[in-house]
Amino acid sequence: MVMYSPEISRSDPVDKATLATLIFLGTEIMFFAGLISSFLILRAGTPNWPPPGQPRYPILITGFNTLFLLVSGATMFRAVKAAQGHRRKRWLLATFGFGTLFLGIQGVEWVKLVEYGMTFTSSIYGGLFYTLIGCHALHLVIALVILIFVIFRSGFGTKTHPLLSLCSLYWYFVVGIWPLLYTLVYLL
Amino acid sequence: MDHNGNTELRENSFWRKYLFSADHKTIGKQYLWLGLIMALVGGILAYFMRKQLAWPESETLTPNVYNAFVTMHGTIMVFFVAMPILLGCFGNFLIPLMIGADDMAFPRLNMLSFWTFFVGTLLLILSFFVPGGAAAAGWTGYAPLSAKPIYTGVNWGLNLWILSLALEFASVLMGGVNFMTTAITMRAEGMSWFRLPLMVWMQLSAAIIFMLSVGPTIAAAVLLLLDRLVGTGFFVPAQGGDPLLWQHLFWFFGHPEVYVVLLPGFGVLLEILPAGSRKPIFGYRIIIYSTLVAGVLSFIVWAHHMFVSGMNPNLSMPFSITTILISVPFAIVIFAMIATMWRGSIRLTTAMSFAIGTLMTFLMGGVTGIFNGSAAVDIFIHDTYFVVAHFHYTLFPATFFAAFAGIYFWFPKMFGRMLNETWGKVHFWLTFVGFNLVFLPMFRLGMAGHMRRLADPTQYNFLSTESIKSTQIFITWAAIGLLIGQAPFIVNFLRSIVAGEVAEENPWQANTLEWSTASPPPHGNFEVRPIVHHDPYNYSSPDADSDWLPQDQSLEEITT
Ligand SMILES: [Cu+2]
Repeated sequence: MVMYSPEISRSDPVDKATLATLIFLGTEIMFFAGLISSFLILRAGTPNWPPPGQPRYPILITGFNTLFLLVSGATMFRAVKAAQGHRRKRWLLATFGFGTLFLGIQGVEWVKLVEYGMTFTSSIYGGLFYTLIGCHALHLVIALVILIFVIFRSGFGTKTHPLLSLCSLYWYFVVGIWPLLYTLVYLL
Repeated sequence: MDHNGNTELRENSFWRKYLFSADHKTIGKQYLWLGLIMALVGGILAYFMRKQLAWPESETLTPNVYNAFVTMHGTIMVFFVAMPILLGCFGNFLIPLMIGADDMAFPRLNMLSFWTFFVGTLLLILSFFVPGGAAAAGWTGYAPLSAKPIYTGVNWGLNLWILSLALEFASVLMGGVNFMTTAITMRAEGMSWFRLPLMVWMQLSAAIIFMLSVGPTIAAAVLLLLDRLVGTGFFVPAQGGDPLLWQHLFWFFGHPEVYVVLLPGFGVLLEILPAGSRKPIFGYRIIIYSTLVAGVLSFIVWAHHMFVSGMNPNLSMPFSITTILISVPFAIVIFAMIATMWRGSIRLTTAMSFAIGTLMTFLMGGVTGIFNGSAAVDIFIHDTYFVVAHFHYTLFPATFFAAFAGIYFWFPKMFGRMLNETWGKVHFWLTFVGFNLVFLPMFRLGMAGHMRRLADPTQYNFLSTESIKSTQIFITWAAIGLLIGQAPFIVNFLRSIVAGEVAEENPWQANTLEWSTASPPPHGNFEVRPIVHHDPYNYSSPDADSDWLPQDQSLEEITT
């Protein structure tokens, strides 16, 4: 038998997995920075924004939706801090609920936008929207999948799970990057 | 134990030990093999290009195939030779050993990283054989050339190119996370930040630079793939897109990427030069600070690749200034290396020869970089063979001279046997002379106006003169010599793995921790976890009996 232990039981000053996740999130931030700068540069080079015949981005409803996502960040925070299992369970399920709600409302908005004639290829304006907001949605989907995994593996949050703290870091990132995207893409 | 159980055990350990191993040493060696094989592929591509350029009438390559070969040669050499050897091999093999750890922080992630890289490599090779051939938009993949298949006639070749680079980036990302976490959390007792071997510092800096610069390029790759597959027009002017955006996003990563390759190469030199000169490193901390300064500056120089691209000319001046500024920290590091050798008792091993060779050639690359960096001069020489010569004088030293230095130096630790020194020296001289004969004349070709990426230069009258033609033929013969000059290495390498002289623990009498364990080190690296007492470059210390003082040996142990 060849034995190797991936996580060596040595007391470390910093938790390795947390550190690795933070480093990875640094790259994620740069990825979104790249997307956002592309958006700003292409937008600056387009005379009419939105171009004629293209609907406006849905500012108001997405504004409300932003609140749901922010709330999910807060519930995640409560879940991590929760001392008792049954409380953690409640907060985790709430996080999952708000995350899914956000995604659902985004989906409904997308369907409407497509009906108004805004698609990936209808204009740079449309393509950028779907790429940027789509990348964020994809990140949220991944975060939700990890969250479901954690929920099921921890007896619906009643037990502690080592992935929970990493999952929460990733969740904060997905929540935290959103107001920035909302401001730059929708409001600006 | 019964017979059956025994064979099963052995089979099991074969797969685990050599193929799907999570041991950082095996993974490092796997990267080495991959990089060396890909170097051969890249070299063969270069041979065909050179044949075409020297004898265009032979029609060795059609213009389309020539474009594909140029593209793939660059892609392979930068991403599939330099990266796997300098980061994949040296980083994986050396970081845990040098910091006194038993493995990487996440061994299985490390294994996943290698196999992701491997699949990326396979996809890249595969792209030669799909209809339309391999990517032909240059290793920089400039849009709109790369944004729509009609421009180069390459469809799936370029999609696969993007995909294989995406896998490679994912792999290096996993590796980078591992490098950083390992170096931060797993250093042996007494291994403070300023006792770290400079190789570890360089690997860490390279990892940080890579991780911070690659994000925007991944974003650009997403946009490019959407342009190609979905039909958006982010980089296509006809659809309201901006082709310059690609150049900005690519070079934001592309320039730092040069340092991602270069710094580990410097790391090799910074280990070999003190050991080969029997002197402490000159300016240990200054080297670290200079590297960090260069790392920061590397994020604000990218537009020097775009002086003639049509970007706002007002940007040229600031980017010229930052570019010329960045040569200052590098000059400091180079001077520190030279000062390390100054008045040392130099042991001219093959590793040391290659290290000095790296310095001499890289110096040429650095100095000619100043020409390209100043916008006024660059406008004249941009996109000519001057640039080709320049970047081969920077990247070839890092990718090959420094890598060879490192291979000759750490081969005993990797394989437990020595490489033959005589053949190593033959290899060095053939490579050193061959390299200079190939690339020095290219500066002249560039000054004469010879453009890059030209399948048949004789279409232009001014490139059809006897003098230019004979230079082309000379370069091609030199390139053939350079390629043949690698034969001694290949034979030496393969032969020494099985039949080389058995290596002792510390054949070069060096100080860093990897030399304090067996050659090759056992699984888990150290019998007893080392405790570090000194900085890594304690050579010729008057306090010690011998002229070296291993990091894990306290002075009391020696004197008593
Ligand atoms: Cu550059």
